[in-house]
Amino acid sequence: MAHDHHPTGIKRWLFTTNHKDIGTMYLWFAFIMFLVGGLMALGIRAELFQPGLQFWEPNFFNSLTTLHGLIMVFGAVMPAFVGLANWLIPIQVGAPDMALPRMNNFSFWILPFAFTLLLLSLVPQLFPDGPPNFGWTFYAPLSTKFGPASTDFFIFGVHLMGISSIMGAINVIVTVFNMRAPGMTLMKMPMFVWTWVITAFLLIMVMPVLAGAVTMMLTDRHFGTAFFDAAGGGDPVLFQHVFWFFGHPEVYIMILPAFGIASHIIPTFSRKPLFGYASMVYATASIAFLSFIVWAHHMFTTGMPVAGELYFMIATLIIAVPTGVKIFNWVATMWEGSITFETPMLFALAFVILFTIGGVSGVMLAMTPVDKQYHDTYFVVAHFHYVLFPGAIFGTIAAVYYWIPKWTGFMYNEFLGKVHFWLSIFFVNLTFFPMHFSGLAGMQRRVPDYNMMFESFNALSSIGALGLGATQLLFMYIVINCIKGGQGKATDQVWEGAEGLEFTHLPSPAPYHSFDVAPEVK
Amino acid sequence: MHSKNENNKVIKKLLALLLMMTVFVFAMVPLYNVFCEITGINGKVVVSEALYETVEKDETRQVTIEFVTSIKRGMPWEFKSTLYKVDVHPGELNEVMFYAKNISNKTITGQTVPSIAPGQASFYLNKTECFCFDQQTLKPGEEIYMPMKFYVDPELPESVHTITMSYALFNATSDDSNSVASR
Repeated sequence: MAHDHHPTGIKRWLFTTNHKDIGTMYLWFAFIMFLVGGLMALGIRAELFQPGLQFWEPNFFNSLTTLHGLIMVFGAVMPAFVGLANWLIPIQVGAPDMALPRMNNFSFWILPFAFTLLLLSLVPQLFPDGPPNFGWTFYAPLSTKFGPASTDFFIFGVHLMGISSIMGAINVIVTVFNMRAPGMTLMKMPMFVWTWVITAFLLIMVMPVLAGAVTMMLTDRHFGTAFFDAAGGGDPVLFQHVFWFFGHPEVYIMILPAFGIASHIIPTFSRKPLFGYASMVYATASIAFLSFIVWAHHMFTTGMPVAGELYFMIATLIIAVPTGVKIFNWVATMWEGSITFETPMLFALAFVILFTIGGVSGVMLAMTPVDKQYHDTYFVVAHFHYVLFPGAIFGTIAAVYYWIPKWTGFMYNEFLGKVHFWLSIFFVNLTFFPMHFSGLAGMQRRVPDYNMMFESFNALSSIGALGLGATQLLFMYIVINCIKGGQGKATDQVWEGAEGLEFTHLPSPAPYHSFDVAPEVK
Repeated sequence: MHSKNENNKVIKKLLALLLMMTVFVFAMVPLYNVFCEITGINGKVVVSEALYETVEKDETRQVTIEFVTSIKRGMPWEFKSTLYKVDVHPGELNEVMFYAKNISNKTITGQTVPSIAPGQASFYLNKTECFCFDQQTLKPGEEIYMPMKFYVDPELPESVHTITMSYALFNATSDDSNSVASR
C-alpha cells in the first residue's frame, strides 16, 4: 500500500501509533510479565512444597507473594486485555485505528518504566530492607508505618500503571463512541467491544481511587498526614474501605473482557448465533454496577455492625444472578449446535466450567458467617485463582488461539494447541483444587511454613504449579511457530462459523492499515 | 466519520468523570469520619465536653472500664494511667488521673487522641472533663497529673460488660522536627 512506509527496526516500535503494533507490544509485555510473575509463584510453591523453611527468609517469602500478585494483576492480566482491545476493537467496529493513536503509544510505553520501578525493589544494593512485603492489597499500617523503603517506588509504579490504564480506557471509549462503522448501532456491537467499553468505564472510575489510596499512603509515610494512622486521628480500616472500593471493580476489570471473548468463541464453534445477546449486554452492565456497592465483603472480619454485614452479604449474592444469566446463555448457545472442539473452543469451554467453580466458591465466601471462618485461608486463594487463571488467563489464551490466524495470516499447530490445553487443564486443577481443602482445614495465607497436616495438599499444588508454568512455555513456542508460518496460510474467514467484520471484511493477515474506508453494517 | 471535535467532547466528559472520582476519594476521608461519628461505630468519639445529667444510678449493674495508653514514635514523654481498670456503676460520675512527664530536654506540646472499644459503647460513654480536649505543653522534666471525668449512660446495651478507653499521645509541637506537622 502507498502509505505503508513506516520506520523500521526499534524505531518502528518506539514511535508506532498503529493499533496493531501497540496491541502486539502489549501482548508480549503481558506475556513477559506473566513469566516473571509465574517465576515468583514457583518460588512460593517451592517454599511451600514441604513444611518448614527451605529457600527463603519469611520476609522475602512475603515479598514474593506481594510481587506475584501485583505483577499478575497489573502487569499480566490488565495489559493482556488492553493488548487485545487494541488489536480487536478497531477491526471489530470497522475503524481505521484507535481514536487517539499517540496517546495509545504513550500509555504503552509508560508500562515498562512502571514495572522497572516496581522490580528495582528486588535489588538489595538499592533496598537493603527488601521489596514490598505487605501483600498485593498493601493494607495500612503494614505499608505505611512498617513498609520498607522500596514502598515509595511501588507507590510511583502504581501511579504510572494507573495513568496508563486510564489513558487506555479513554482511548477505548472514544474509539467505540465515535468511530463505529455506519450502521453499527450500540446494540449491534460485538460482545468483546461491549464488555471492553464497560471495563473502560470501570477503569476510569476506580483508577483515581487507587491513585488516591497510594497518594494518602505516600503523604502518611513522608509528609506527616495521618489518614490511616489511628494515633493521629486517622483509621487503618479507612484504608481497607478505599482500597476495596477500587479493588472490587478491579476484579471485574480482570474478567469482563474474558466474558466478551467467550461470547465470540462459543457461537463460532457451535455454529449458532450467541443466545440472548441483549441479556448479555445488560448482565455485563449490572455486574459492573453491582461491583461498586459490595466492596466491604472483603472486610467482614473488621468488626462491622450486623446491618452492614447483612447488606454487603445480600448485595454480593445478587451478583450471582447476572453472572448466572451469562453462564446459562453460553450453555444455551451450545445447545443443539454442531460443536467442534478446536483449541480456542476447548479453552473457552474450560473457562465456562472452571470459572463457574470459582464463582460458586465466591458465593460461599460472600456469606458472612462462612467468610469469618474462611477469611485469609487458602480457600480464598483457591477461589480467586479459579476465577483468574482459568477465567482471565484461559480467556486470554483462547482469544490468542482464536484470532492469531487473523493477526499473522497463518494457522497455529492445532495438535500442539490441544496438547497445551490438556496439560494446562490438568495442571491448573492440580495446582488450585487442593487449596480448597487445605483452606477449609485452616491453612492460612501468606505464611511460608505450615502445619504437617497440610503437607500432601501443598506437595500436589507445588507439582501442579511447576507443570502449569512449564506448559506455558509450550504456548510461547506455539505462538512463535505460528508467527513464522505455522501450519500454513489461514483463510480469510479463518473459522467456518466465524462472524464479525474482522472475519468477513478483512483478509488474513489483517493489513497494517485496515478499514481506511468504513464498511457498511446492515 | 468522526472529527477531532467529537473526540474532544467525549474526552472532556471522561476527564470530568475522572476528576469527580478523584474528588470523591479524598471526600471519602471526612465522609467516613462523619459516618462513623453519627453511627457511633468504629470507636470514633466526638471530642467534646458532655454535661453530667442527673441520671438514675444503676447500682445493680457493674461495667469494667480499662485504660490503655500508647506513645507515638518520636514522642519523648512518659504517659500512663494511674489505674489500669476500674469497675463502675452506670450513671455514676468517676474520675481517673493520667500521668505525663516530659523526659526530653526540650519544651514539647502533646495531644492525645481517644478511642473506645467496642465501638458501639462510644455512644454511651460521656466525658465531662478530659485532657484530650486540649493540648498540654510541658517544659523539660516537667510532670503533670491530668484528670478525666466520665460517666456511663445507663442505656448501655446489656451485652457490653467491658469498655476499653485508649489514649494515643503524639507530638504536637509546631516547630519540632518530630512533630506531626513535619514528620
